Amino acid sequence: MLAKLKEQLLSGSAEEYLQGLFDRIEHSKLNAFNALARESAVSRAREFDRQLWGGALAGVPIAIKDGISTRGIETTCSSRILRGYIPPYDAHVIERLKAEGAIIMGKTNMDEFAMGTSTETSCFGPTRNPWDLDRVPGGSSGGSAAAVAGGEAPCALGSDTGGSVRCPASFCGVVGLKPTYGLVSRYGLISYANSLEQIGPLTTTVEDTALLLDVISGHDPRDTTSLEKDSYLNLEEGVCGLKIGVPDEYFGEGVDPLVEKSVWEAISRMEELGASWQKVSLPHTRYALASYYIIAMSEASSNLARFDGLRYGHREAEDQDWHTTFSEVRAAGFGKEVQRRVLLGTYALSAGYYGRYYLKALKVRTLIKEDFQRAFQEVDLIASPTMPFPAFKIGERIADPLTLYMADVFTVPINLAGVPAISLPCGFSQGLPIGLQLIASHFQERLMLRAALAYEEATPYHLQTPEVAA
Amino acid sequence: MTQKGDVIIGLEVHVQLNKLQSKLFCGCSTAYHNSPPNSHTCPVCLGLPGSLPVLNRKSVEYGLRVALALNCQVQQETYFYRKNYYYPDLPKGFQISQYDFPLAVGGSILIKGDDGERKIRITRVHMEEDPGRLVHAGTIDRAKYSMVDYNRCGMSLLEVVTEPDMRSPKEARAFLDKLRTILEYLDVFDGDLEGSMRVDSNISLAGGERAEVKNISSHKGVEKALSYEITRQRNMKRRGIRVIQETRHFDEARNITVSIRTKEEAHDYRYFPEPDLVPLRVADWVPEVAASLPELPDARRESFVSQYGMTDDHAKSLTSDIKVADFYEAVARESPPRLAAVWIADVLKGELNYRGLTIDRFSRQDMVTILEMLSSERIAEDGAVQVIRALLDQGGLPQDIVKARKLERAGDQAVMKAVQEAVAECSAALEDYRKGNERALNFIVGQVMKKTRGRASPTEAFRLVKEAVDRMDA
Ligand SMILES: [Zn+2]
Repeated sequence: MLAKLKEQLLSGSAEEYLQGLFDRIEHSKLNAFNALARESAVSRAREFDRQLWGGALAGVPIAIKDGISTRGIETTCSSRILRGYIPPYDAHVIERLKAEGAIIMGKTNMDEFAMGTSTETSCFGPTRNPWDLDRVPGGSSGGSAAAVAGGEAPCALGSDTGGSVRCPASFCGVVGLKPTYGLVSRYGLISYANSLEQIGPLTTTVEDTALLLDVISGHDPRDTTSLEKDSYLNLEEGVCGLKIGVPDEYFGEGVDPLVEKSVWEAISRMEELGASWQKVSLPHTRYALASYYIIAMSEASSNLARFDGLRYGHREAEDQDWHTTFSEVRAAGFGKEVQRRVLLGTYALSAGYYGRYYLKALKVRTLIKEDFQRAFQEVDLIASPTMPFPAFKIGERIADPLTLYMADVFTVPINLAGVPAISLPCGFSQGLPIGLQLIASHFQERLMLRAALAYEEATPYHLQTPEVAA
Repeated sequence: MTQKGDVIIGLEVHVQLNKLQSKLFCGCSTAYHNSPPNSHTCPVCLGLPGSLPVLNRKSVEYGLRVALALNCQVQQETYFYRKNYYYPDLPKGFQISQYDFPLAVGGSILIKGDDGERKIRITRVHMEEDPGRLVHAGTIDRAKYSMVDYNRCGMSLLEVVTEPDMRSPKEARAFLDKLRTILEYLDVFDGDLEGSMRVDSNISLAGGERAEVKNISSHKGVEKALSYEITRQRNMKRRGIRVIQETRHFDEARNITVSIRTKEEAHDYRYFPEPDLVPLRVADWVPEVAASLPELPDARRESFVSQYGMTDDHAKSLTSDIKVADFYEAVARESPPRLAAVWIADVLKGELNYRGLTIDRFSRQDMVTILEMLSSERIAEDGAVQVIRALLDQGGLPQDIVKARKLERAGDQAVMKAVQEAVAECSAALEDYRKGNERALNFIVGQVMKKTRGRASPTEAFRLVKEAVDRMDA
């Protein structure tokens, strides 16, 4: 898709194409974007049309999740507390995109500070699923996924802390990848839970995801947890000879039967393409959610402490002593879900509870990592549903946080283990997309992508588009 | 009332590693003194959303130098933690510090105690980032608003924590002086910069609760605050009032400590490992850092005694400040070392202290000149003192001062000696003179001028020679 688009931009007009996207967005019901950089993007496109510069993403417009810092473009994390904050610097990934000739279109909607599975906790209101406007697009990178699925952007970046790229990819029927922890620099990504999250691409095809990953990955001295990359281009080796593990713990109770059926069909398809499959066990899966939420909320309580209104963002009308002012700014600036997670995280880190919760959660994390290490001694990839069910209705689950948290059951173990995973379309359930999740061992993105590509080439699901995108 | 030995003092000293070029976690320059507020900042030290810390490896090296000089055990691996609390000078809402697995533990240094040498144990040495600085509009209690300057924010701090091993405010001060000396020897610290060393001190009387006096920035202030606390705690004890465990502030203007009535609940900093920084295997760095350590004060003191033949007191005085020690050694290369020791340790240091000046204010060459004038007996001792004072107060050149103030020893002993020698040596000229040749005396005067290298005035020399000869003949 992007390869074709690049040719089209070279022979046609980038400005025209971009104006078309912006017109579509302006008449859209999706609410995928928080801010549009129409002026700067169009002027870049005009420049491109004159200069026809090179680069892996020459002239390609891209939508960016609103949790990634973009110089000169308001960056809010969909939170009232960051309204008006215009970063003075670009995130590492934005620098990379620009260096490869891409054009930043604007910032996409998300769950406030990436805390959610539905993009309903945004201060800008929910984003709608292009396949059914009454349904959520998934979250937290719901705006990015909806924009790509709805034809409002050819590609996008999201971030994935516990499934935030893969869940909306699955719900919106697009491809989304969560890289190995450390493959992509987090410099400029506004932290929710920094030991878990990575920036990842959302696109309509595996090839495009690979192309974006190739651009944004690699060591950045400003993120000391980031490491060297492999090449993710030219993935024609296929799936033949690969061993695929199927974990019992990711099937059965709580999983929509149609979802389960589609994933099994996908496994059979890969078998036909020359792969083999076998059962593997990930026995600590059932402790993953508890461990994930304790670690994520604990880190969040500290990461979000900087939002006090003093230096940027939301400020309450009247200043009092600093203590009162901070409290009022935070009470007014953070939404309910953010407040809930900050409070729970603060509690979990408190003296006397640290050992009982945080340290224990870290021990469980180690066990989960070991589960994957053991499994990957036997198999090359693990296949599972990305989400246990297709997109649910807006408002259906938001009132019950615990049920909502349960939806992350197949995505959070991957973040705890730090391994990479990709979600790609593998079927439909009553008109709603279903996502297949392929998981690989640390830094085995290449192997994962080539299996995903082989599967995609053999199936029609990625070619279907929702009516709104027509 | 004085019960010796019932005072228990422990210190936590925050040392700014201000000789580093850049801050602890970003590339901002450390030379922010005298710069406009918030001009030495970047997304990282301002804690802007999305910024990440990158450890300055030189900070770790400096920290290790200190740890080794304090005879500490360096950890195999060291971790950074987040210390979570809210304050306007803390832009991230947490401070990156250390908790479990600090840089180094279990050291000690020797200080001059109240009764001889005392060993002060070092509990731990850890790294952390400095917060910004609040500037109040007016005084702290009456200010309508405050402003924040983040220039200091993110500077490398080293926290040195001692065991409660000091028994008097004087010992606490001796510890701080010694620590400063060591830090300056290590070339990691400039104690003259504002706010470079801040001290929290814990003090209690045996059996009583301890009070913590926080954030004192001068050694003298620490001594005064602790002395006040001893009196306060003794008085309370005598009246049967229990001392409570609390944090107190030293009011430098009034020389008293006052209770800081903050929130009653104990601080819970919710320490947890900083996920953005990977653990650091510091043990691997130790051999190289150890090999590069300079000579430390105690060793240099010993070598001064043996190398220059000075007294231990002089050696101690000269080595207690690395700048003085370096000054001395430069002067001693061109002057009699023992004479230099006496004059620098006993006179120059005293005159500098009296004026609140440092040794940088005095030229090494001037000191060499003064010592040379002294040893050639061109000026007398109190003349030399006057020259030193004049140099400090008005400046100028030693020779000009000697001339202007007529400090030269007129007919002084050097000339007298030369006269006597010349008269004794020139028996032929003397004979001629006695035979009536008045001009024969000129030859003897010429010899005097030669011996004094021209410093004696010719008329004066003639007069002295004539007097000497006449005395002989009388
Ligand atoms: Zn900085």
